[in-house]
Amino acid sequence: MLWQLPFIVSALLVIIGLYICIAKTNLIKMVMGVSLMESGANLFLVSLGYRKGGIAPIYTSSPGGEMVMPTPQALTLTSIVIGVATTALMLSFIVMMYKHYRTCDARKARRLRG
Amino acid sequence: MSLWDFIGTHSAILAVAFPLLGAFLTPVVGRLGEKASRYVSFFFLSLASLMVAFMAVRVWDSGPLVYTLGYRSGSSIPQFFRIQLYVDGFGVFMAIIMAVVSLAVCMYSWAFVDRYTGQEKYYTLLQLVAVGSYGMVLTGDIFNLFVFFEISSMALCGLVAFRTERGESFEAAFKYMLYSTISGVLLLFAVGIFYGEYDLLNMRAIAEAMSSAGGASVLDKIALGLLVTVFSLKAGSVPMHMPTPDAYSEAPGGISAIFVAASQAGLYALFRTSFTIYGHYDPISGAFNLDTYTLGWIVIVLGILSMFIGVTMALVQKDIKRLMAYHAISQTGYMFLGVGVGIAVLSDPVKMAAFGVDAMRGGIFHIINHALYKGLLFLTAGAVFYRAQTRNLNEMHGLGHTMKYTMVFFMIGALAIAGIPPMNGFSSKLLIYESVYQFNPIIAAIAMLVSVLTLASFVKVFYSAFMGPRPENPPEEVPPSMLAGMTILVVLILFFSLFPGLIVTRIVDPAVRALVPYLGGV
Repeated sequence: MLWQLPFIVSALLVIIGLYICIAKTNLIKMVMGVSLMESGANLFLVSLGYRKGGIAPIYTSSPGGEMVMPTPQALTLTSIVIGVATTALMLSFIVMMYKHYRTCDARKARRLRG
Repeated sequence: MSLWDFIGTHSAILAVAFPLLGAFLTPVVGRLGEKASRYVSFFFLSLASLMVAFMAVRVWDSGPLVYTLGYRSGSSIPQFFRIQLYVDGFGVFMAIIMAVVSLAVCMYSWAFVDRYTGQEKYYTLLQLVAVGSYGMVLTGDIFNLFVFFEISSMALCGLVAFRTERGESFEAAFKYMLYSTISGVLLLFAVGIFYGEYDLLNMRAIAEAMSSAGGASVLDKIALGLLVTVFSLKAGSVPMHMPTPDAYSEAPGGISAIFVAASQAGLYALFRTSFTIYGHYDPISGAFNLDTYTLGWIVIVLGILSMFIGVTMALVQKDIKRLMAYHAISQTGYMFLGVGVGIAVLSDPVKMAAFGVDAMRGGIFHIINHALYKGLLFLTAGAVFYRAQTRNLNEMHGLGHTMKYTMVFFMIGALAIAGIPPMNGFSSKLLIYESVYQFNPIIAAIAMLVSVLTLASFVKVFYSAFMGPRPENPPEEVPPSMLAGMTILVVLILFFSLFPGLIVTRIVDPAVRALVPYLGGV
């Protein structure tokens, strides 16, 4: 059971993040929810590649023995970079929306309808 | 190895690399002068289009083009562990759409964004959209699909927010960004599920591993659910269509047109994963990874909802671009419907031969037709906005007195989208009606009804924008570069209308054969 804990936690993070995106009306909190979902996905990827007792996958002068898988770590790095970019872009959109609308409330900042 | 062979071999990666290089050169060159960035971006986009042409000739002549990055012959590591570009008939088909639309949009934008500051940023993002779409349709690796998905979404959001003087453009951009980021996370989860099960990221290798493991497991079905959600959101299908009309209508004129082509990369990814991974077929045992009947019906239902809700929402719109955005949703439904019938009958070769292939031909032919005529319609809407300075249909009238070319171009696009013979929209819709009728007559009737409503809605736009009394200060025709951008699309629409048989056999058939494994072909 214990070895499944990272997967359960990552699923929980995604669900909590999704809940925040749906239930909260503050735009910045929505971005927090998205970031939480991204962390959940990253945790999922890293825990996929973990091998019990494995060492870091650096081949030169390695002491031998089992290594953790390098590919999910590469994927996670890429996904973290993408996550930073999307979060920054979304926050800058919110800044500009606040300048025009004078509110961060998703219920009030709605001019596009229909 | 001759130069042509060399270019042919590397054309797939060069089609992605040229706009990427151009995107980062544009801001540097933009320091030289206002006009420099537009020519640089046009140069690199046309180089990419040239590469797509080389790639198309090669793929149609000698089968799929597999390009493994960093691979030297004799390496002991199998090729599919590396990043691979896999280009078959369907990939080439989608790349051609982007090649045409990106050139038309770039040329159109020369005059359209001339009055704005920050043009070099506009052209940078425009090229990044091309990078994202080319990458999505050419890659054979599902993680790269995610990366290019994010590149394309991010660049599009930046472009939607290009008009910084309006709060609405930021609202639309934030909305689209929120949806696309959440869907990106779900896509990453699906990638993780595949990697956890098979230790693979290459789509074709995943399909084979799934086949030798005895078909799709429960986890694979969860991944399929995530993939369908994500890609139908990107394509703008109905239950996930909320950000689409906002983003289409707030984006600058040319960007709405390239938005259509970029959304279709999502459609591509949906069909690619459905057919290549889940519709994989083991030629020895004859077993499929998944009985795709249910998946096919899900796609068909998404298609019917998109068609019907899209067109009914379009009828009540007063904003010309918002109206067209709802029509884009409605037309996407036709593609879902045509290819969905193909997915539903995939595991039944008899039905596939009887009507499935024709339905898929119709659905896939509709993709390129839609990119052309909807791109043209968005460009004409941009031209109307450029001169009339409003998007509200109630505030404009009589533009046809002076904007004659724009009016004619709009008419061509409107006739094509409504499926009036002999326009190209008619050929693809006829293929869909005939084949879907054999699958389920009620669905075909709905599709025809939607087509009638589409015509009604465009007649309304035509009358309120172009007909009516001559305005007091009649606006002049739009500048030549905007007309040139529209002309590219008009010429292609007319060509497709005159020779639909040629297009179906030469371009659409290789795409269908690439998707359905037992038909054999490129």
